[in-house]
Amino acid sequence: MKKLKQSLPSIVVMAVLIAVWWIVVVATDSAIFPTPKAVVLGTLELANDGTLWEHIGASLMRVGLGFGLAVLFAIPLGLWMGWVHGAFVTLNPLFQILRPISPIAWIPIAILWFGVGNASPIYLIFIASVFPMIVQTTAGVHTIEKRFLRAADNFGVSRKKLFLQVVFPATLPQIIVGMRVGLGVAWLVVVAAEMIALHSGLGYLIIDSRNAGNRYDLVIAGMIIIGLIGLALDGIMRMLEGMKIVRWRYAH
Amino acid sequence: MLTKISVRGIGKGFATDKGRLDVIQDLNFDVGDGEFVAIVGPSGCGKTTLMNIIAGFLAPDTGGVHVNGVVRNGPNRKGVMITQQGSVFPWLTVRQNLLFGLPDDMPNREALAAEYADLVGLKGFDNNFPHELSGGMLKRAEIARALVVKPEILYMDEPFSALDALMSLRMQNELLRILAKEKHTVMLITHDVEEAIHLADRILVLSPRPARIKAEFKVPFAHPRKVSSPDAQALRVAILKELGVTESV
Repeated sequence: MKKLKQSLPSIVVMAVLIAVWWIVVVATDSAIFPTPKAVVLGTLELANDGTLWEHIGASLMRVGLGFGLAVLFAIPLGLWMGWVHGAFVTLNPLFQILRPISPIAWIPIAILWFGVGNASPIYLIFIASVFPMIVQTTAGVHTIEKRFLRAADNFGVSRKKLFLQVVFPATLPQIIVGMRVGLGVAWLVVVAAEMIALHSGLGYLIIDSRNAGNRYDLVIAGMIIIGLIGLALDGIMRMLEGMKIVRWRYAH
Repeated sequence: MLTKISVRGIGKGFATDKGRLDVIQDLNFDVGDGEFVAIVGPSGCGKTTLMNIIAGFLAPDTGGVHVNGVVRNGPNRKGVMITQQGSVFPWLTVRQNLLFGLPDDMPNREALAAEYADLVGLKGFDNNFPHELSGGMLKRAEIARALVVKPEILYMDEPFSALDALMSLRMQNELLRILAKEKHTVMLITHDVEEAIHLADRILVLSPRPARIKAEFKVPFAHPRKVSSPDAQALRVAILKELGVTESV
C-alpha cells in the first residue's frame, strides 16, 4: 500500500504524458505518428505472431553472452589490479584511454573483425561493459579498510583464505555496482549494435519497422519494450545489492 | 614474574610538511607474563603508534620489541589487537568471524567457536551478520574472535571508547570475568583513567609527544575493584596530576 502511494506520482506523470501524446496525434491528424492505441495493437500483433519474443530473445542472448564474458574477464582482472600494485600501474593507463571510447566507435572494427553475425554485437557489449567493471572492482580492492586487512594479517591466514574471506567479500559490493553499470551500458549498446546489420533483435526491429513501410507504431513499441527490459535488468542487479553478505556496505 | 614483552629504546617519527615529527622517543618498559598493563597519556601522544609497533604492525625507527625473548618483526596470532573502531568482518556472520582465525583442518574448530560465542554471551547469534548486532555485541564478537585463537597477549587500543559509558563499564566487567578464566597478558591503551584503575595491574603514564614514560603506578587493589573507594580515587588524582590535570577531591 505504501509502495503504491509512493509510485502514484510517477504513474500520474506517465498517464498525463500518454494522454498528451494521444491528444496531439489526434488533433494534428498525423498520417505517420501512431497513437498509443496503435502502439499497443502493434505490440500485440508482434506478440501474437511470435516475432516479438524472437527479437527479445535475440537481444537478451547477445547481452547475456557479451556481459557474461565481460564479468568473467573483468572481475579477476580487477581484483588482480587492485591487489598487485605493479599490475595496476601497468594496465590502468591503457584502460583509462580505452574506457572513454564509445562502444559505437568500435562498430566498424567489430564488423571488420567479426563480420555481421552475432559475434560483432557480442564483442561490442563486451567492450562496453568490461571497463566499468574493471574500474569498480579495482577501486573496490583499493578501498578495503585497513583495519580489516590488519585483522586478517593479525590472524596470519593463508593467501587463499585472505582472498576468499576478506578481499573478495570486501570488494563484492563494488563489484555489484560495477555489474549494474556494466549491464546498463550493455543493454544500451546491444540495441545500437543491432541497428547496423543483423536480422533479429530489438534494435533490428526498430530499424526494420521504419524501413519496411514506416511502421512507427512498431518503432515506438520497440523503444518502450527496450526501456521496460532495461528496467527489469536493473531490478535484477538491485536484488544482488539486497544480499545479506553485501548489505553492510549499502545499509547506511 | 617472567617477562613477556620487552620494549627497548623504541623511537618513531613521521615525515610531515614541517619536517620530521618525533612521536616516540627512547621508550623502555617490560610487561610480565600474565600482567595487565594500561598505558594512559594525553591524546595525540603516540599511544596508538606505540601499540602498533608492539603488536608488530609498524616497525620502529630505533630500538626493538621482544616477545618471549624473540624479536618481534610482524603481527601474529599469539598477540591479537582489538581497537576502538573494531575489525569484525561485516561480510561474515558471527560464527564465520570466530572461525576465521582457526585453521581449516582443526578438528574441533566449530565447537571451539561455539564455546567462545557462548563465553562472551553471543549464544544464538551465530548466524547474524555484524550489522544486525548492537555496538556492545559487536565488541563481544571481536573479543571472542580474538580469544578463540588462544592468544598469549591481547593488545587493546581504546577498546570500549566507542561505547556509551554504561556499556563500556559492562564490557570492562565482562573482560575481567573472562580474564579470570583465561590468564592472558594484556596491554590496554586508554584515555580513561578510571578504566585503567578498574582493569590494570600497572599503569604507565606517557608524556606529551614525543612519548616517554613519565610515571608508573602499581594498582594494588584486589578484584572486584571499587573505583569509587578513597584509595582508588587518590590514585586517580595522582595519575591525573601526572597528566597535567588538577582536580579537587
